[in-house]
Amino acid sequence: MIEAVSRPHHTNFPDWAAEKPEVVVLTGDLTRPCELGLFRDRFPERTFSMGMAEQNMIGFAGGMAREGLAPYVHTFGVFIARRTLDQIEMSVAYPNLPVKMLGFLPGISTPGGATHQAIDDMAIMRTLPNMTVLETGDATEVESMLDVAHAVNGPVYVRVLRGTMRRLFPKDEPMKLNQARVLGRGGDVALITSGICTEEALLATQALAERGVGIQHLHISTLKPFDDPAVLETVLAARRGVVTMENHLTTGGLGSAVAEMMTTNGAGGRQIRLGLQDTYAHGATQAYLMRLHGMDARALVGAVEDLYSDRFGVDDEELAEARLIDAHETFKSEAL
Amino acid sequence: MDRSPAAGTAVIDEVPDDAREIARRIRLRALRQVIENKGGYLSQACSSAEALAVLYTNLMNIGASEGPAMPAPYQGVPGPDNPDYLSGGMYNGPKRPELDRFILSPTHYSLALYVTLVEVGRLAPATLDEFEMDGGTLEMIGAEHSPGLEITSGSFGQAISQAAGMALARRLKGDAGHVWLYISDGEMQEGQTWEALASMAHHRIDNLTVLIDANGQQVDGRLEAVTAAEPMRERIEAFGAKCVEIDGHDVEALLAIPAERETGRPLVVICRTDPARGMEVMRDRYPETHYVIFRSEEERERYRDYASALEKESDT
Repeated sequence: MIEAVSRPHHTNFPDWAAEKPEVVVLTGDLTRPCELGLFRDRFPERTFSMGMAEQNMIGFAGGMAREGLAPYVHTFGVFIARRTLDQIEMSVAYPNLPVKMLGFLPGISTPGGATHQAIDDMAIMRTLPNMTVLETGDATEVESMLDVAHAVNGPVYVRVLRGTMRRLFPKDEPMKLNQARVLGRGGDVALITSGICTEEALLATQALAERGVGIQHLHISTLKPFDDPAVLETVLAARRGVVTMENHLTTGGLGSAVAEMMTTNGAGGRQIRLGLQDTYAHGATQAYLMRLHGMDARALVGAVEDLYSDRFGVDDEELAEARLIDAHETFKSEAL
Repeated sequence: MDRSPAAGTAVIDEVPDDAREIARRIRLRALRQVIENKGGYLSQACSSAEALAVLYTNLMNIGASEGPAMPAPYQGVPGPDNPDYLSGGMYNGPKRPELDRFILSPTHYSLALYVTLVEVGRLAPATLDEFEMDGGTLEMIGAEHSPGLEITSGSFGQAISQAAGMALARRLKGDAGHVWLYISDGEMQEGQTWEALASMAHHRIDNLTVLIDANGQQVDGRLEAVTAAEPMRERIEAFGAKCVEIDGHDVEALLAIPAERETGRPLVVICRTDPARGMEVMRDRYPETHYVIFRSEEERERYRDYASALEKESDT
């Protein structure tokens, strides 16, 4: 089985920040839910629980950044992208301040329902000048996004996973800014995934490969900037078309970014965008919601079948078996 | 345009000792500018003139301006690819640990601030020729490239949180300098203002002084007729800050503000002001004084006559 990691941010973040005295934490009454308990215990003088007052919290962060500190704002993605948009725009993004905003509970990864599911955060953040937008897809990325965000001269929004998660990518292969990970090679279909959808997509790619579908699978962790030449090359090389898969509305996020790149470069193939289709979700398990909204491995098989106008006869049982094999080995064996 | 410190771009080098006289000149210069531009934010200069004059000549411990007497043209927005970006904060002197900072929240007071900088010798009078001119930085509602502005605060209720964050960071760094924040009473309607006041009290931020220009007006008319902010002092005190009320046109009362500071508590000073103070020609517009647009050339002429009368008054 692939390695499961429990709460990587909880232990990694304090270690990472230990020798960085400029790093301060602001949280909107979500210290433990954002896995900050250990950080607070080790660095109480650098931890500011700002209460349920997110607009004020963003302003404080902007003011502290102007004085040379490196504020790491921790709250749920919904509260950053929705409650504090004007504050981020005027108090942080316009002045290009190094405020790093860590948004937890991306998309339907939480059973918290519409109030807690950040389904539009990437779209909103992608429109902000000066903003860098990242998304984590496994434990290695939750750990290594800190170095990426810290190195950016300006504000960063990161979708962060919490709790127990897989380590899909080797610990010594950290997230790199604006650099896609190649998880599989092939010339028929360009499969571009991000966040938790990457792990889900890996459940289907083996079955599709066995039926002769050559899939070039890219995992994206940087949504803005979005000009990695590997993405365009992948899109241009795909004979059958492109499938994007994201834990987000299909408008404004990864699917839109890929579509913009395709039209800008005259890459005229078909693109199928998997994700939430102009709808809010509700409170339920991740697996149920992925199935309900056509964001799971089966939906991916269906999308590829659509590109082929064919049926491959992949049933749920076969996809369920993929969950039991070592997904890491699967993509490593495909990677060149 | 020639930006060398040649004749015509020199700053006023004899700043009056009396803040009342500076305040009178602030009103007159703002009036002249509004007449020239056929409209503008005039009442803001009338309500804030004494406070800005006293802040710049007495209350704030700031260094000499580091900005050119004639500001550089607009240099674009801040960003990773714009290293030459110049902050309007440089007109308030260098950023040093022992020096104070000034944050203006309602940037609708930009004209009031620009003319203040002129009257206290930090900007050349000729600068105002570029007021509201394309490609310049003296915008109607300025941003942090505009002279005297350190942050981009025209979206109300945001500056108080940023100033408090600056004050908190300065405390962590051990800076001795103070942060002065100037806000408007209309911002009492923004929820963020109250979030900030609660935070400031909770975190015992006492190196920040907030001056509220309580001129009682907003775009839709009288503040109390739109959404009441009173009893303002009691509300602010209930959030844990120390709050005092003064006549915002009383120079002596403004000068006495530092004596009100208390260890471990933020200080908020409600400056009760009159948006038509020293501008009787405008009084008939009240409460529609937020922005002055001349309804006719005759009215503009009436303001011209008033300006001439004000000028003569000073000569006598």
